[in-house]
Amino acid sequence: MAESKESENIVVETAEKIFADLADAQTINHDKKGDWKAPLWKALSEAGLPLSWVPEDCGGSGASLADGFAVLGAAGRFAIAVPLAETMLAGWLLAQAKITSPAGEMTVAPASPKDRIALDADGMLSGRARGVPFAKQAGHIAVLASGNGGHSIALVDAAKVRTEAGLNLANDNSDTLTFDKVEPDVIAPAPKGFDQTALMLMGGVVRSLQIAGSLETMLDISVRYSNERVAFEKKISKFQSVQHNLAKLAGESAAALAAATSAADAIVNSPSLDNDAVFLEAVAAKIRCSEAAEKGGGIAHQVHGAIGFTIEHILHRYSLRALSWRDDFGSESYWAVELGKRVAVRGADELWPLVASR
Amino acid sequence: MTAALRFDPIRLPPECEQLRKEVRAFLADEIAAGTFTPFKPNREDTDAPEFSRRVGARGWLGMTWPKKYGGHERSFLERYVVTEEMRVANAPTRRFFVADRQSGPVLLKYAPEHIKMDILPRICRGELCFAIGMSEPNSGSDLFAAKTRATKTDGGYLVNGTKIWTSSAHIADYMIAIFRTSPPTKENRRHGLTQFLVKMKQPGIKVNPIGQITGQFEFNEVVFTDYFVPDDHVLGEIDGAWKQATSELAYERSGPERFLETYYVLTELVRAVGSKPDARSAEGIGRLVAQLHTMRRMSVSVAGMLQAGKEPVVEASIVKDIGTVWEQQLPHRVRDLAAFVEEDATNRETLEKQLAFAIKTAPKLTIQGGTTEVLRGIIARGLGLR
Repeated sequence: MAESKESENIVVETAEKIFADLADAQTINHDKKGDWKAPLWKALSEAGLPLSWVPEDCGGSGASLADGFAVLGAAGRFAIAVPLAETMLAGWLLAQAKITSPAGEMTVAPASPKDRIALDADGMLSGRARGVPFAKQAGHIAVLASGNGGHSIALVDAAKVRTEAGLNLANDNSDTLTFDKVEPDVIAPAPKGFDQTALMLMGGVVRSLQIAGSLETMLDISVRYSNERVAFEKKISKFQSVQHNLAKLAGESAAALAAATSAADAIVNSPSLDNDAVFLEAVAAKIRCSEAAEKGGGIAHQVHGAIGFTIEHILHRYSLRALSWRDDFGSESYWAVELGKRVAVRGADELWPLVASR
Repeated sequence: MTAALRFDPIRLPPECEQLRKEVRAFLADEIAAGTFTPFKPNREDTDAPEFSRRVGARGWLGMTWPKKYGGHERSFLERYVVTEEMRVANAPTRRFFVADRQSGPVLLKYAPEHIKMDILPRICRGELCFAIGMSEPNSGSDLFAAKTRATKTDGGYLVNGTKIWTSSAHIADYMIAIFRTSPPTKENRRHGLTQFLVKMKQPGIKVNPIGQITGQFEFNEVVFTDYFVPDDHVLGEIDGAWKQATSELAYERSGPERFLETYYVLTELVRAVGSKPDARSAEGIGRLVAQLHTMRRMSVSVAGMLQAGKEPVVEASIVKDIGTVWEQQLPHRVRDLAAFVEEDATNRETLEKQLAFAIKTAPKLTIQGGTTEVLRGIIARGLGLR
């Protein structure tokens, strides 16, 4: 086994310390009123983390893409349930059009490849976006709109948008936003080549990293539980069937981690999101991490038995979020169809060169 | 926290892409010259001695070994590129593959100098074929139950017993085998086995081919009757083979050969569905490509760790576990999707023949070189469960 993962840098260390201090899963799980949320958000904001991907001249802390991705992996390991990932993504989207980010919680719309927000000829935004994470908590929404012969990026006051609250599997907000002739606070053209697919790929990689992180923790707590729980007069970790299940969970966790970090690395090292290499990496990560969430999360529950099915136990904080994250920015079956179509258009003899190019 | 598994996003360095072009051009020439037919199932041409020499002449055997032994002092990542391109092209690598991947590195570590100087350059030239003598009729996954004896005699050992499932023994020049030199001890049941270099095609060795369900004859029974091995053919510590086995497993278990054995059916499926697949075919292909890409990235990551001098034994076992299960299921998934391919697809017959062969090949993939059960045991140990 390779050495334990050391924190790579100060940004990630800062995030991990805040998560450990203020987002302990056990504490959160017992806090029925949600009192943990405000201090956590305050600490994250003071550390500049929600605007990691916003350059300093746009009001952010100007961390690198790579550092931000690493923070999101850590956020997944702690199953962070405040709109950190969403605000980071929103700030990143706004920065593409050099729009300054406001303080406070943000989210992005659309959050599904099938929804469209239109920029009408009169400069107003129209359309509906489903499954927008944490929209109810957001003060502002970063919107990618299409119309007037291209794509635009807009900052919108959330109060101007009709919000129908919904919940995902983990009871985090996942809301429907209706834009009915909404006037944006600020709007600017998206850079050349930046379209809705680019936003979905970036969002998909964010979710992939979070899923991979949650699986790391599910593996960790499942191993620990199996070394504590006694049945048939021995620790259940000594049963070969349990060992083999945990080995499979380790494999799923490893596959998710490899796919997600590879995709993040591909984005870090690519000048744009508009090429086959980034498409393969990002989409493959979303597909493979989503599959791992199902298979790996299933094993984590099986190992925990009935206790893992209770509200009192922390396992659901990870397992249900991982399952929900599959749905955001395009599900695995949606992306599998898109990837399959691209592979088919390239042709049989161009499949291996594509895979080998990564 | 449980000690974290690492799969850093290692990228192949730029020099690998030039090398990849050279390998592809070489293989295209070999195909054009009729050396082998890519993607033809159940081939008769898997042993190709002349091809093996030409690969050696290109400098693609012993790539990572010291130059004084005929090696080329290149990186594991460069070797990785050569290996994966050969696999994907279905090149006839049988003659040199085991020697290059496994036997050579064992000799480098444990053989006396004069043997290294004699044998390693010949492996690099593609002249030698190696077999691995591990399993016995009553000792498979449980390696340390091996009973074939090597009894001390003047100047060496006399070997008696039987190895089985020995791939390529019928064409091999040498075998690296483990034999029992002492009984196991009460404290350590793994004690008492010694690794030997065995010269094949000698008196005292009889090789009996064993037919496989694919119709091929790749593996064999090898019977030793008073076979003499000289003292200088002992590899490493007497009675201590168990200490030598583990670190090499990372090399053996994480390479591209652990997920590409049935890859050709995926290529052919993509050909069969054409440029406008229906949603069902597109989804199936998309998932398979996502899984393939992920495994390859894991496998390259392990190669990068090996290059950095680490021993990622657990990570390598995970790659082989996931990779072999995937390549085993692949022909079945492709079969599911092929049922909807148009009747008049030009390659329909080729695809069906390939599927028939790949489906027959599939059961061995999670058995050879360490069963799924053994791998999961190793992973479980790494997780601190045993």
